[in-house]
Amino acid sequence: MSNPISDATGMIPLPSDGQSKLSKVMETLVRTILPVVLALLTSVVVLIVIGKDPWFFYSEVFRYGVMGNGWQQTIRLMAPLLLYSAGLIVVFRGKLWNLGYDAQYLLGSVVVAGFSPMLIEVMPLWAAFTVSLIMGTAAGAAWTLLPAALKARYGTNEIITTLMMSFIGIGISNMLVRGPFQNPDIHVPQTRVLPVADMFPQIPGTRIHIGIIISVVVVLIIHLLLTRTSFGLRLDVFGSSPKTALHVGINSPQMILILFILSGALIGLAASVDMLGYQGNLRANINPGYGAAVLPFVFLGRLNILTTIPFVAFYCILDTGGRLASLDSGLDTHFLMIVIALILVFMSVIEYFGVKKDLGQSYLPPGLRRAVTGLFDRGARA
Amino acid sequence: MIDIFTTTFIATFIAGVIASAIPLVLGSLGETLGEQSGVLNLGIEGMMLFGAYFGFVTTLETNSYFLGLLAGIAAGFVMSILMVMLNIWLGLNQIVIGLALTMIGGGITSVLYFSTYGQTTPRLGQPDVFPIPVLSDLPVVGSSIFQQPLAFWIALVLAFVVSVVLRNTNFGLRVRAAGQNPNSLDAAGGNVVRTRTFVALLGGAFAGFGGAYLALMSAGTFTPFMTSGIGYIAIVVTMLSRGRILWVIASSFVYGISVSVGTVLQLTSFDLPTDVIKMLPFVAVMITLIVFARSSYVPPALGVPYTRGAR
Repeated sequence: MSNPISDATGMIPLPSDGQSKLSKVMETLVRTILPVVLALLTSVVVLIVIGKDPWFFYSEVFRYGVMGNGWQQTIRLMAPLLLYSAGLIVVFRGKLWNLGYDAQYLLGSVVVAGFSPMLIEVMPLWAAFTVSLIMGTAAGAAWTLLPAALKARYGTNEIITTLMMSFIGIGISNMLVRGPFQNPDIHVPQTRVLPVADMFPQIPGTRIHIGIIISVVVVLIIHLLLTRTSFGLRLDVFGSSPKTALHVGINSPQMILILFILSGALIGLAASVDMLGYQGNLRANINPGYGAAVLPFVFLGRLNILTTIPFVAFYCILDTGGRLASLDSGLDTHFLMIVIALILVFMSVIEYFGVKKDLGQSYLPPGLRRAVTGLFDRGARA
Repeated sequence: MIDIFTTTFIATFIAGVIASAIPLVLGSLGETLGEQSGVLNLGIEGMMLFGAYFGFVTTLETNSYFLGLLAGIAAGFVMSILMVMLNIWLGLNQIVIGLALTMIGGGITSVLYFSTYGQTTPRLGQPDVFPIPVLSDLPVVGSSIFQQPLAFWIALVLAFVVSVVLRNTNFGLRVRAAGQNPNSLDAAGGNVVRTRTFVALLGGAFAGFGGAYLALMSAGTFTPFMTSGIGYIAIVVTMLSRGRILWVIASSFVYGISVSVGTVLQLTSFDLPTDVIKMLPFVAVMITLIVFARSSYVPPALGVPYTRGAR
């Protein structure tokens, strides 16, 4: 059985024997939830250190993120973030790093924000939606082409190229907002606002737009594609060992291109859904930074879309509540970034100990172990 | 349209190139040391921000640029301790931890800045210059190159030292062996983990120095996320330079020129949007990467944690 997270984080796959099913499930649960708990606890310490009241902050997070209409906001945010996670999972499964997500998301947003106000004037609403979604998706996908081609052709490190393209893409999207897509009626650099009547309809009785339905359907299709088709199998083979992939006749350059394009397309689609369903317009210099935010949760879900869903829900509560709670406590909203980074760190550390436990090895890293046992050896000899 | 070929203008241009190139030189030196030994420091952006913030705060409180730089170096060093423990000792994934460190650096510094200086946004004055006797009286280059703060000369000397150490010493050989073939270093009696640890700590100090230089000497202030990708550019510079320090310096100055050209174009009648100017360096890097796609090279053991006996 392939284990994408162990592979993607550079670790050894877990052996499955010698453990009862229940204890295995429990262990997986602990390994998945403990990082989040530890990160939240550490963030409490950080809050105390900088002189804020952690109880106040987190009760505000809960109040804004779940209570009242908060849960509807949370589900609304899940629509783009589920697609976003799917976009990351697709490339990470192939052990490729698409770190240009910010630009792919912003370019998708800007294309939809710029063109949809014009489109709704010339065609029926459903057609305008379809065309906008396709354009946003294409914009996200297009931005991965150059890094993908360089990786496929020359093996150029995709981490670097996607990061560089990210900075360029963010610049282009800002230029478009200030330039051709600028709302001519106001001086603030932002695009024309989509009238609420021309946005996605809402699910009756709620404030949740139908984007969540689109998102769930697409994400399920991607999940089936990854787990139930020969493409998914080939992708897993390619991801776990490019050499094996070569031997079984998988076309690696083609695979790289497909994975990157699929990833960019899903991220562009995420942006389009959010733009048509909730945002309605884009301001310059706005970068929601969702990509880095969902990153740890994709790994905690072990690169499986279904298991990632509860984590995305958790993050959406943290995000919806956290932004408002930060305002209330006089904190910079980048505080959430620290929480996310802590989850990444704790996740990696706990995964390390988990693998060591499974292999029955010492928890200490080799160098440290020699130093420690060396002390005792010397004591015994003396 | 103003005349761009007056001597004052050229002097300002050169000074601008230096101001944006030196932080990158320092960052790339740190990154080069790390990459040569097989450690990919993707968190360099966070370390530079840490150095910039703590350097800024120290100088603001003590009025001493020297202490500010030291604080910046210390901040980068402290952050690299975390990286050493997670990446080198435990052998965790260097990309994941690197991203986490970038976020920690950006998050903590912007949260701290927001809660302490967010309302006042203080600025520092001009650092003291260290004029080189005779040469500083030369017409154009005198006021630009030879009237720089002492930190500028320290940076250049450090670059020279790193170059000599990597190339001509036993220690440099061990560092490169750890990146090329860690098993052979181990077999020859070297200690891979210790070598990498030492070099990564040094790299963190360099990144902190670069960040502090950016805040204290180049910008004169701190703003959240002020590094805006210099750390990532340092990684590219390192990849393209393949451990040759002269190339590191040369490509950093090319970056500095691409930053300053943008500013100059804005002053002249070409009315370039700021977005384009901010993009220019990245476009330059991307074009370089496309042109030199085949020759960008990383050590074989880069990013692979060392486990003795593992194949």
